[in-house]
Amino acid sequence: MNTKVMELKDVEVWDGNMANSQAFRQADVDVVAAYPITPSTATVENYAMFHANGYVDGEVIMVESEHAAMSGCIGAGAAGGRVGTATSSQGLALMVETLYQASGMRIPVVLCLVNRALAAPLNVNGDHSDLYLTRDCGWISIDAFSPQEAYDMTLMSFKISEHPAVRLPVISNQDGFMTSHTAQNVTPLKDEVASKFVGEYLQVNALLNFDKPVTHGVQTEHDWHFEHKAKQHAALMSSKKVIEDTFAEFKELTGREYKVVETYGMEDAEVAIVCLGSTFETAMLAIDQIREEEGIKVGVVAPRLFRPFPLEEVADALLNVKAVACMDRSAPGGTVGTLYNEISGALINTSARPLVTNLIYGLGGRDMAISNLKDIFRQLDADAKAGKISGNIQKLIGVRGPELSYYNVEGK
Amino acid sequence: MSTQKVIKNLKTFSTAAERFEGSHLLCPGCAHSIIVREVLNATNDNLVVSASTGCLEVCTAIYPHTSWDCSWIHIGFENSSTAMAGVETMNKALRNKGRIKEDEPQPKFVTFGGDGSTYDIGFQWISGCFERGHDFMYVCLDNEVYANTGGQRSSSTPIGSSTTTAPAGSHSYGEKRQKKDIVSIMAAHGSPYVAQVAPNKWKDMVKKIQRGFDTEGPVFINAMSACTTEWKFAPNQTIEVSDLAVDSLVFPLYEIIEGRELNITYRPKNIIPVRDYLGAQPRFKHLFKPEYEYLIEEWQKRIDGRWEFLQKREEIRM
Repeated sequence: MNTKVMELKDVEVWDGNMANSQAFRQADVDVVAAYPITPSTATVENYAMFHANGYVDGEVIMVESEHAAMSGCIGAGAAGGRVGTATSSQGLALMVETLYQASGMRIPVVLCLVNRALAAPLNVNGDHSDLYLTRDCGWISIDAFSPQEAYDMTLMSFKISEHPAVRLPVISNQDGFMTSHTAQNVTPLKDEVASKFVGEYLQVNALLNFDKPVTHGVQTEHDWHFEHKAKQHAALMSSKKVIEDTFAEFKELTGREYKVVETYGMEDAEVAIVCLGSTFETAMLAIDQIREEEGIKVGVVAPRLFRPFPLEEVADALLNVKAVACMDRSAPGGTVGTLYNEISGALINTSARPLVTNLIYGLGGRDMAISNLKDIFRQLDADAKAGKISGNIQKLIGVRGPELSYYNVEGK
Repeated sequence: MSTQKVIKNLKTFSTAAERFEGSHLLCPGCAHSIIVREVLNATNDNLVVSASTGCLEVCTAIYPHTSWDCSWIHIGFENSSTAMAGVETMNKALRNKGRIKEDEPQPKFVTFGGDGSTYDIGFQWISGCFERGHDFMYVCLDNEVYANTGGQRSSSTPIGSSTTTAPAGSHSYGEKRQKKDIVSIMAAHGSPYVAQVAPNKWKDMVKKIQRGFDTEGPVFINAMSACTTEWKFAPNQTIEVSDLAVDSLVFPLYEIIEGRELNITYRPKNIIPVRDYLGAQPRFKHLFKPEYEYLIEEWQKRIDGRWEFLQKREEIRM
């Protein structure tokens, strides 16, 4: 079957969903199995439109739930071809069982996760509670902060996922609405360049290869389970090298440079925040302003790679700061936030002993403006100068009602 | 186009080349293995098989061993149908794109699930697959209980059966609900071919399986799988108990074509009382207490009514 050629301009105006869809089109995905959910719906709708108009010749299955979407992706992937899907929030939550199955079965899948709050209360807007729900599921998880990055990351995700040394599913994250529905300039690759970059799908133990029948999805108990999970973890840990190589190859092609940990202002920063998603871009603006207006040396660190977690790179980035605020955009459920845990863990065995606080912010799409970030930087600066955290370690910020803050280990 | 396998007699059939190997961990006397062999041996075509979590899966694919000499996949309890939908769709995609050559023979896609996977937890997935019209055969290994986890009730468990989650006791006769009519439900999806089979009636079964393989679209087969462990009969009684099931018409054998045309495919020469079927299985032994005799009578009436209904549907051809 021949596909129609889609004429692309050098610079397109795409939102994050269209960026995903175009990456799917250029990667020539064989099977998309999906179920719509806000705010990732348009990723699949756009792709269905490409299909309906002959721009792609893969198959699209509109299944009856997100659990079925990932189940179909696993089956199709095991059959021996390129697969992808998209979801958000409750859809991701319904999929969780199959996320562990996809990674444990070592099936390459690309999942565009458009980050959205988890109910209850029901909320369609962006936060990172769905992203955090994937923490231990054994997938590679990459974060895009803008539509351009969503395009780049989703395209690279196929190459990374299917790499013979990796063979693990990949989540390409972006913020719901802030990225998924914000149209920006995106510079795409030419179709043939993108296609060549992603490469042909390499079949491994394909169900449709009848010369070599294989059994997928076996049972292992105490005698073999640990070895399987250990090998899976090893593959995930060593995937960082492949991811860095892919970033490097992508830079050669596009000039766009990505690192497993992105930083801004960190060359001489004395205080810093750590965040994920589009907050990184807002922080860049806040940093420029506050440095110019108030002369405070501040910076931001954002793990581009959420899994495998770049612990060493995060530690390197924060070695010389005196105070760090870890900003978690998810209700922590009775403990410190995920980034607080990860960052503290990264620093604890280093010589650096910055003050580390935990700010819970932006739940359910609550805005994080430049002015809010400047307030945070000022507080960090004050803490650094005082040599101690003012108040408790964890604070909920930008929420109405009495101040909520927790945990204090001062003097211990 | 598939090549129809010629099956003359039980001996040649039973000694056919095995894609389901003899070595597995199913209970002695388990009907699952008989059913699976009758399905797989009915075709020479390439096969992809998927299985739900359950007895069949845990007994045939324990690393580093496998009982399957064909492409096989298991993901979870509820999604074996959709796993196969993914495989079937990938086959279509790769053929469209020319990555599988046109002259390569089309494989067959078969999914096995127990009644737990089929009637209960996986029902939504199966319903979705049938609505979308995937070209595969779903075979329910219906032993009317969650056997793999030690005998809990499912919505296929018949009324009066004692299970661990609906046990018979001083204040209960066990299961209170009648078995769900999965065959009618699947026929109502507009499936081109739906049939009920029993492994003891192997000729009838193989004929239906082969028809299923030759049918394009989603085919549903409900296969009675007598369970020595949970129905509590001796392992060497599997075929006898299965005979009682079909000859008492508790498990009638029929097919429904295109959701409408119903054909009864086996009519017992001597219809035996339901009582005899129930009496052969200790899962029903409490029903023979005087206070529960009425349940056996009700059951007989239900079976008589059902048989009449099936015959009438067959007669009026709709």
